[in-house]
Amino acid sequence: MSEPVSPLMNARYEGLVTIEEIGPMGMITLRGDLAATDLRRAATAPTGVEMPQMREASTADGKGILWMSPDEVLVLCAYADVPGTVQSMTDALVGTHALVANVSDARAVFRLTGANVREVLAKLSPADLSPEGLPLGEVKRTRMAQVPAAFWLESEEEATVICFRSVADYVMGLLKTAAHPASAVGFF
Amino acid sequence: MIRINCPICGLRSETEFTYGEDASVTRPAMDESAAQPWLDYVFNRDNPRGWHREYWHHAQGCRQWLVLERNTLTHEIGTCRLAREDAA
Ligand SMILES: [Zn+2]
Repeated sequence: MSEPVSPLMNARYEGLVTIEEIGPMGMITLRGDLAATDLRRAATAPTGVEMPQMREASTADGKGILWMSPDEVLVLCAYADVPGTVQSMTDALVGTHALVANVSDARAVFRLTGANVREVLAKLSPADLSPEGLPLGEVKRTRMAQVPAAFWLESEEEATVICFRSVADYVMGLLKTAAHPASAVGFF
Repeated sequence: MIRINCPICGLRSETEFTYGEDASVTRPAMDESAAQPWLDYVFNRDNPRGWHREYWHHAQGCRQWLVLERNTLTHEIGTCRLAREDAA
């Protein structure tokens, strides 16, 4: 069987922040009534984290649940665990109106580390990147330059960015430009 | 730049949103057989100078449909609600 690879072969760049294209990462879209007991159990059982509140990223140990919209969450897990997780979620949702879809290969993931993660993201997104506008553990679903993206901060020095796989190279280019060592603004 | 206060996401740039349509028109009853109500519904629009009710989609955010008030003269944004709550 062919080896799954991330779109940029785990490219890396060091500037104002360190940018690493990570993955492949397991990502499963789950849509339905987020208040329904069956759906909550389907999301929380394989991840071991709490169901996120509105706009929240609920993550631990490489697994998690990201709140995406009032009827959608993104379940994160190890890439190799996706088939089993999709199966167990689907089984848990028999008789419930819901969608479970493996979108792992449709996405690219970047990890940003360093003191300037807020600044680098703020250069690319119109969203409020201040600590008040994006508290730790909250997901921002927004755009980066011309493409949709979602990101959240695990700490003041670590952020994760998700975008479509087809624009991974474009997003890496944006991030490298925004993280150019000579481009520090020092706003935050 | 126009900023829209999405009930889900908070204050965001207009560039994350897509304009939908005039939210002031209402569809005639399905058994309406006169031509004029349908003509008004499909084609005829007021073009107000001032406040206007509009559907917008938060396409690059929470992907919800919103109903908001926009001033066509000043581009001020007034109240903004989820369309499904507005309809209820
Ligand atoms: Zn929104």
